[in-house]
Amino acid sequence: MSNGTNSYRAGPDENGRFGLFGGRFVAETLMPLILDLEAAYEDAQKDPAFAAQLEDLQTHYVGRPSPLYFAERLTQHYGGAKIYLKRDELNHTGSHKINNCLGQILLAMRMKKTRIIAETGAGQHGVAVATVAARFGLPCTVFMGATDIERQKPNVFRMKLLGADVRAVTSGAGTLKDAMNEALRDWVTNVHDTFYIIGTVAGPHPYPAMVRDFQSIIGRETKQQMQAREGRLPDSLVACIGGGSNAMGLFHPFLDDPSVRIIGVEAGGHGLDTPEHAASLAGGVPGVLHGNRTYLLQDEDGQITEGHSISAGLDYPGIGPEHAYLRDTGRVEYVSATDTEALEAFQLITRLEGIIPALEPSHALAHVSKIAPELPAEHLLVMNMCGRGDKDVFAVAEHLNVEL
Amino acid sequence: MTRLETCFETLRTQNRKAFVAFVTAGDPDLATSAKILEGLPGAGADIIELGMPFTDPMADGPSIQAASQRALAAGQSLAGTLDMVRAFRQTNDTVPIVLMGYYNPIYIYGAERFIADAVAAGVDGLIVVDLPPEEDAELCLPAMAGGLNFIRLATPTTDDKRLPEVLKNTSGFVYYVSITGITGSAAPQAQDVAANVARIQRHTDLPVCVGFGIRTPEQAKAMSEISDGAVVGSALVDVISAHLDGEGRAKTGLVESVLALASTLAKGVNKV
Repeated sequence: MSNGTNSYRAGPDENGRFGLFGGRFVAETLMPLILDLEAAYEDAQKDPAFAAQLEDLQTHYVGRPSPLYFAERLTQHYGGAKIYLKRDELNHTGSHKINNCLGQILLAMRMKKTRIIAETGAGQHGVAVATVAARFGLPCTVFMGATDIERQKPNVFRMKLLGADVRAVTSGAGTLKDAMNEALRDWVTNVHDTFYIIGTVAGPHPYPAMVRDFQSIIGRETKQQMQAREGRLPDSLVACIGGGSNAMGLFHPFLDDPSVRIIGVEAGGHGLDTPEHAASLAGGVPGVLHGNRTYLLQDEDGQITEGHSISAGLDYPGIGPEHAYLRDTGRVEYVSATDTEALEAFQLITRLEGIIPALEPSHALAHVSKIAPELPAEHLLVMNMCGRGDKDVFAVAEHLNVEL
Repeated sequence: MTRLETCFETLRTQNRKAFVAFVTAGDPDLATSAKILEGLPGAGADIIELGMPFTDPMADGPSIQAASQRALAAGQSLAGTLDMVRAFRQTNDTVPIVLMGYYNPIYIYGAERFIADAVAAGVDGLIVVDLPPEEDAELCLPAMAGGLNFIRLATPTTDDKRLPEVLKNTSGFVYYVSITGITGSAAPQAQDVAANVARIQRHTDLPVCVGFGIRTPEQAKAMSEISDGAVVGSALVDVISAHLDGEGRAKTGLVESVLALASTLAKGVNKV
């Protein structure tokens, strides 16, 4: 990215572009609102009261800072790098998603919007949105693919308890992509009073940058905590990627620290040599969907194909545009882990550390298992434990052929 | 003059309004769709808007979503859609065809190649829902340079401040979206639409056609009375879906039924 600097952190430009990627590919009905949102966000960033309110909520409502935990037994097991876990699964609602939802709902209220909508895949974002909507007393509608509703029943019930209206989306394969289409249709229809809380670092500008900023607290804390613990920067960062919000949150504050190796792990599903995966960077080409240009899983006619992953939070056929940019510039390495590898990692860390992870960060751990044994003992590796696995125990039981 | 400009010029001299008929290319299959296309001018369509099917039509309601899915399931591609236009032009050189859709299939086809092939096939204009003026460099400017009209959507949220930006690189006609919403949803209120069409006309000399939510000859008449024409899509597409058998194949009478509705709508538009 040029932007007149050598920084990897300078994007997006005034058109919302990270190099080739990003942009504002939306219907005209939404365009004025997107511009309003951009102005409101810039205004909020300059307002110390906004930052103060967000920080207060992060501390007392979410429970931040989340710990940076030295995973002693995991480290011993692999016999290589010193492994730290950034414990964002300990946040209120059980994942990193709340970081972004708080920021966006405060913005929604600044903009005098009175109704919240969101899309959700695994339901973690939906639960976080329903939570902040309950906290601030705003009505909330969450769009969720019918297939995902079936495989994430605990989160669906949680959202309903929180007062959200959960709408089943049956178009397409009934997963995250279709939920996002339906949320966009609702938004176009109710543009006058509705704020759309997008859950990941994707969508039209300013969403990718805004969600990144709200999630960057993960990386900023990690930097401070590692300094306090080890007196230096970590040597490598590993995070899973669907749309890529937890990864971007961890990575962004480190992008201009060249000594830090940064690795994003996509969902390899049944394997990259099959059509059944959700690795947009490894298996996709640049295209335009949901308001931005990025790598997309698609056929030769530009029709979007369905991603597959054991994890409903990772099966999106696209990825945030800033990740696309970081891949093309080579700053971040992108790899993948299969369903089977994630499932093995899920069980391993549960037994060794007493932490039941979500299936999403289990992909990150699966990659850690590949690289940690070969790294020296002084190598400091941070893995983002971005969500807890309560929601996944039923799905995991099914995959392990266990009847509950 | 382009076919679109000629069309509106002729309508003006005849003191008539435009009936713009929308169908999705390849719905429910290529052969049936081609027959509908061929029959639309005879049924009174002044302009044909041909949908380029896409897996993720974010601005479309259930009817046109389903039409896209049927067309894709039947094997429709962007190249196939251009072939349909080429075939249509063998027998009709006057009725303008505007392709409507989403950017990704065009982007993957290659914008420059698409513009050249569309012009060669006999396409007159483009409506690309997810390309606002902010992204004009992608397709709008090269398309206009290549001889295609680029028809922009203006909506109830397009205020006076933004309107000049939206109209700047618009040609052929302006498509006023009558409601904030998706295709095939709520019926527009004539009073609100009239005020907005008048507002647009203060900013441009281009014809303004109104679409979204228009289903009946009466609505088509009401909307064209306060503008330069009415666009009907979902209602026509619904006739297609009502004439499919259990396996989604076209039943006899499908083409005739679609054209019969088109004919009623066309008469509605210019009913005095």
